[in-house]
Amino acid sequence: MPNFFTENSDLQFHFNRLNIQEIVDIAEDNYEEAKRFDYAPSDYDDAMENYKKVLEIVGDISGNFIAERAASVDEEGAHYENGKVTYAQGTIENLEMLSKADLRGMILPRRFGGLNFPFSIYIMAIEMISRGDGSLMNIYGLQDIGDTINKFGTEEQRAKYLPKFCTGEHSGAMALTEPDAGSDLQASKLHAYQDENGQWRLRGVKRFITNGNGEVLLVLARSEAGTKDGRGLSMFVCYGDESVKVRRIENKLGIHGSPTCELQFNDAPAELVGNRRFGLIRYVFDLMFRARMGVSAQALGIAQQAYEEALKYAKEREQFGKPIYEIPAVVNILIDMRVMLETGRSLLYSAGYSVDIKEKLEEKIGRMKERGESVAEETKRLKEATRIANLLTPMAKYVLTESGNKITYDALQIHGGTGYMKEFNVERLARDVRITNIYEGTSQLQIVAAIGGVINDIMKNYFDKKAAKEYKGALQGLNNYLKQIREIFYDCLKYVVDKKDTSFQDVAAKDLVEIYIYLYVGYLVLEEAEENERKVFIANRYIIESLANAKKNAESIKDELFTDLLHADKILI
Amino acid sequence: MYNTIVMVKQVPDTANISGKVMKDDGTVNRSMLPAIFNHEDKEALEMALRVKEKYGGTVSVITMGPPRASDMLRECLYMGADKAYLISDRKFAGSDTLATSYVLSKAVKRVGEFDIVFAGRQAIDGDTAQVGPQTAEKLNLPQATYAEEILELDGDKIKIKCAIDGGYEVLEGKLPLLVTVVKDSNQPRPFSAKRTMRFKNAKTLLDIQKMSDENSLLTLQELVEEYKSKNLYIETITSEDLTNLDAAMLGLHGSPTKVHKVESVVLAGGKYEKIEASKDGIASLIDELLNDHILG
Repeated sequence: MPNFFTENSDLQFHFNRLNIQEIVDIAEDNYEEAKRFDYAPSDYDDAMENYKKVLEIVGDISGNFIAERAASVDEEGAHYENGKVTYAQGTIENLEMLSKADLRGMILPRRFGGLNFPFSIYIMAIEMISRGDGSLMNIYGLQDIGDTINKFGTEEQRAKYLPKFCTGEHSGAMALTEPDAGSDLQASKLHAYQDENGQWRLRGVKRFITNGNGEVLLVLARSEAGTKDGRGLSMFVCYGDESVKVRRIENKLGIHGSPTCELQFNDAPAELVGNRRFGLIRYVFDLMFRARMGVSAQALGIAQQAYEEALKYAKEREQFGKPIYEIPAVVNILIDMRVMLETGRSLLYSAGYSVDIKEKLEEKIGRMKERGESVAEETKRLKEATRIANLLTPMAKYVLTESGNKITYDALQIHGGTGYMKEFNVERLARDVRITNIYEGTSQLQIVAAIGGVINDIMKNYFDKKAAKEYKGALQGLNNYLKQIREIFYDCLKYVVDKKDTSFQDVAAKDLVEIYIYLYVGYLVLEEAEENERKVFIANRYIIESLANAKKNAESIKDELFTDLLHADKILI
Repeated sequence: MYNTIVMVKQVPDTANISGKVMKDDGTVNRSMLPAIFNHEDKEALEMALRVKEKYGGTVSVITMGPPRASDMLRECLYMGADKAYLISDRKFAGSDTLATSYVLSKAVKRVGEFDIVFAGRQAIDGDTAQVGPQTAEKLNLPQATYAEEILELDGDKIKIKCAIDGGYEVLEGKLPLLVTVVKDSNQPRPFSAKRTMRFKNAKTLLDIQKMSDENSLLTLQELVEEYKSKNLYIETITSEDLTNLDAAMLGLHGSPTKVHKVESVVLAGGKYEKIEASKDGIASLIDELLNDHILG
């Protein structure tokens, strides 16, 4: 197997054009830590060199170790016996390998043993690990828990929980979902109360908890008796000791290596993280940025592998006296897959950047406040950055996980009947990717999250600037296509707004958001095509197809077909 | 506490052979092949690192090779080696196993006190499995070859599990000794991210020479001092650093082995005969084998 970093030319393309100096400068706080840690970078170039070297390690482990174990991990799965969860043997070996390589605390601070890498680099690692084994990301990616503790916990809590995350001795779980609170987390019931000694305790049940057997649990619980909505929920951290029982693990379609647990909290002692009542409205919303990016990268990694399998198969498989790769209908599918893959990656890194800069500005403002400096300018920038991250995160999650499903679906199709059999990897990839557009917010919820920014056209100035630019040669023609898409967007937007009908807006949202995505991604790839000749092909197919799709989206907004929702009861018999 | 020295080698990636790989003098044209860390040597390093983890001590790695072998030495540092030494000199070029083991035995002494010398069983370029044993002979050390695992270290006693045909044997020995390691005995650890970041700029004398030739304002000595002060200097041993070297034993001169030609042999399938799985069938097969003098 290849190195998933050095031998993925598109990943290399993106790494080489990363422009994250501001992010790294803030993360490294003027490279102060170089004095204290011999592995901390001394300047931006040194930091980039570090990221490259470490991503090479991740690429090697993912391609040459994790990928080799993926089939056996899927076959064996995580198991549950006598109240205890055990990972598949391959999962155990994978985690050990990642721990030995010091990769378990990639985004956590150095003073607790982490690498203090920016998020933009972390999602590249997540993509590669997921390409090796989609299910491993669910455990590896939970260093996010550590990140949340780092952001909102006290220094004492950080010192208590983070070091073991960094060594890999501990993994974590985010315990949010309950039997009656899935997409609607406001309905969470798990009870948090203080006993006679003032100790917080948790009582109740959480369901579908990824890696719920982890040692450190971040739990959303109702701390304010009598409340019913999100404002009565707080965030707690506790150890998954004998006071927390894993009642069962789920038998799932895919990601078998990742145990999905039902947890019963029996007056488990816990610590409050941050402020009371901020659990959902502040902390969960915040961690969702990162969790959604993580899942997007997971979908991309699985899709990348599916594409590779399909391409290889198409070149090897002969029918009608030639490789099926030479059949136009087949190669057309492959090109579509490749375009989805590359345009998706562009969107992911752009969204990743937006989350990164938002978080780093928060960090910077925190530090400036400590020093008593004026933060007016930064606060203004943070507000804008947050608005953009709020739009791009759900857009990326929607695009990457839906196209990830489409790519694995097509990869299986290219394999024909063989792809349906367990002997080939592609059926596993199709099963593994299926969860990505469901968890951490379904695709439908991503549309809900994105529609506000779309209706307010928050990228207006950005698009104005991009549209006004002169592009090289034939690329100007693609800019003109994008301008047409933009007209379609404004036309549709006006149509939807003028209707003043919220339920209509609800169903039209998907089409509107999609048109906005064509514009945003279109300009990303147009920019890339200016830098790289090969990318012209990608931009060309993406943008021309997007225009056709935008027309279709517009048609379905305006054809009033949605009115039949009023007659749903008659149709849905 | 046990101090160990691991002999490692950068080898051409023989799995990716293309073009004219053999030179006219019968040696390998290394520039035609990507260079990789010989796998069994990596396993030997892993075994040494496990000794260090369990009992304490230091792990030094030495390699004899061209300047670009410094890539592999950095990799040893990324994995956890405490010190790395490059043994490099034009006088050593073209060495066969005899000349190589001669220089290595001198270099091992130069590195310092040790309890165990580790080496991979063999390198994938020559497949001789001679350098380890020859080095042991020259150092007058006992040796345990084809080791899979060190079972126990206690004072100056060592218990090692070694592979033999169809199974394994457990040997006991006395330190110091030399151990050669077989493949798939230990999963080599990955590069540690922290150590990689720390040692990514570690350089040998030859690397630094190249830098100073190219564009540095500092003299070679100043540069070396700078790298030493940052703990990024990979000790470099040339013929001048080794005492009592017999020039006749070095390089192509000191190498009695001459490779005249390397050929890629493809074994073609011949005719086959179907033998009935019956008493008569087997009897006729045995007759035939006896007639052909394959049996008896």
